Amino acid sequence: MAKIRNDYEHSWWPRLLQWLEDGSTRLDDELTAEMDESREGHLLPTHEDVAAHEAKLEERRNQKLADELAMYAHAHEWTRTKGAKLANWAYRIMSVVICVSIIWVLLQTAAYLPPFGSPDNPVNNEVSQRYIEKGMEETGAVNIVAGMILDYRAFDTLGESNVLFIAACSVLILLRVSSDKHDPTSVHQLEVEADDRMYEPKNDIILQHTVAFLVPVILLFGVYGVMNGHISPGGGFSGGAIMGAALILYLNAFGFKRTERFFTFKTFKTVSVCALSFYAISKAYSFFTGANHLHSFITPGTPGKLFSAGLIPYLNIAVGAVVCCTMYAFYTHFRKGDM
Amino acid sequence: MEFLNIILLVFIIVCAVSVSLTKNLFTSIVIFMSQSLAMSVIWIMLESPDLAVTEAAVGAGITSLLLFVTLKKIHAIDQQKKGATSHGENQE
Repeated sequence: MAKIRNDYEHSWWPRLLQWLEDGSTRLDDELTAEMDESREGHLLPTHEDVAAHEAKLEERRNQKLADELAMYAHAHEWTRTKGAKLANWAYRIMSVVICVSIIWVLLQTAAYLPPFGSPDNPVNNEVSQRYIEKGMEETGAVNIVAGMILDYRAFDTLGESNVLFIAACSVLILLRVSSDKHDPTSVHQLEVEADDRMYEPKNDIILQHTVAFLVPVILLFGVYGVMNGHISPGGGFSGGAIMGAALILYLNAFGFKRTERFFTFKTFKTVSVCALSFYAISKAYSFFTGANHLHSFITPGTPGKLFSAGLIPYLNIAVGAVVCCTMYAFYTHFRKGDM
Repeated sequence: MEFLNIILLVFIIVCAVSVSLTKNLFTSIVIFMSQSLAMSVIWIMLESPDLAVTEAAVGAGITSLLLFVTLKKIHAIDQQKKGATSHGENQE
């Protein structure tokens, strides 16, 4: 009960009442006035007066306490039954209202969009015309999407890779457990993570045989997607994601001991930083020479060949490496807090 | 082809609604995965295989995998399966 009373007295309502009543409670004022009245006839209050006054004071205090307790109980009961029901209803109504209003706004916006696939749309301007007509000739990429994202708009793709790298960094900051052997808290955390994995099936023979058959194929498909990004659909991002998925599958089947032999935190650091800096430096060179009309040793080559399209295959490899490492790092840090 | 397109679009809408209405988090992730897969088929039908490959690899593969691992990390899968007496809680 003390908690309820405390809660009540610290809430805004009694404080407002007290402020309205000029700082002091009404009961105190009344009792002081009564004391002054009883003193009128005598100079000093007698023993009887004081005793009667004390009794009255005690009685009033008890009365007030009982009133308060009843009020608190009533308020508490109300919030638990009727108030909770009301809040639930308000919550439901508000959620429906918010959903409907968002749907309405989006539908209104969609109504003002130009029709899908119409030739008069504002997206069909000279930029896309140039990309479609001269893309293959200028970039050397048969896959026009790769020509766009890795040549005309390579700066955007560098930003995307950096976003992914920054996401990986934040996952590292949040989830990485320091592998310091002398720090008892980090050792304890690593043990907790290991305990968490204890009940999972290990060395599942069916999974291991399936994975031994599947992972090389998936990895090869990922590498194919990365290497042929400028010829056929695919490219750095999707190929890298496929390779990362293959690594995660391998890790699930054979455990951390097997993957740690070829993929540690050091590998992740080296590969990501090297790939991102290669991307930035090579693209800076190409932008610099292109903007200043200097002679560049990067040529589009013969479209359709594996090593053609200037920088695009190498940039695809760099993006694929970053994406693959990042996906794998995400997974291991979620599972183990380390790599 | 038109018929298949309509079926896939309806499937996507049904999936998107049921993801938020499903009580079990594990089930909702599986529904989310299937929605991504249908989306990648639609990308192929819209003649953008680049996006289809990316959607299948990232949307259906990596994203749901990371969501599963997150559920495992917060012990949501254990609790939904076994109730309050999961070993995940006892270890804390």
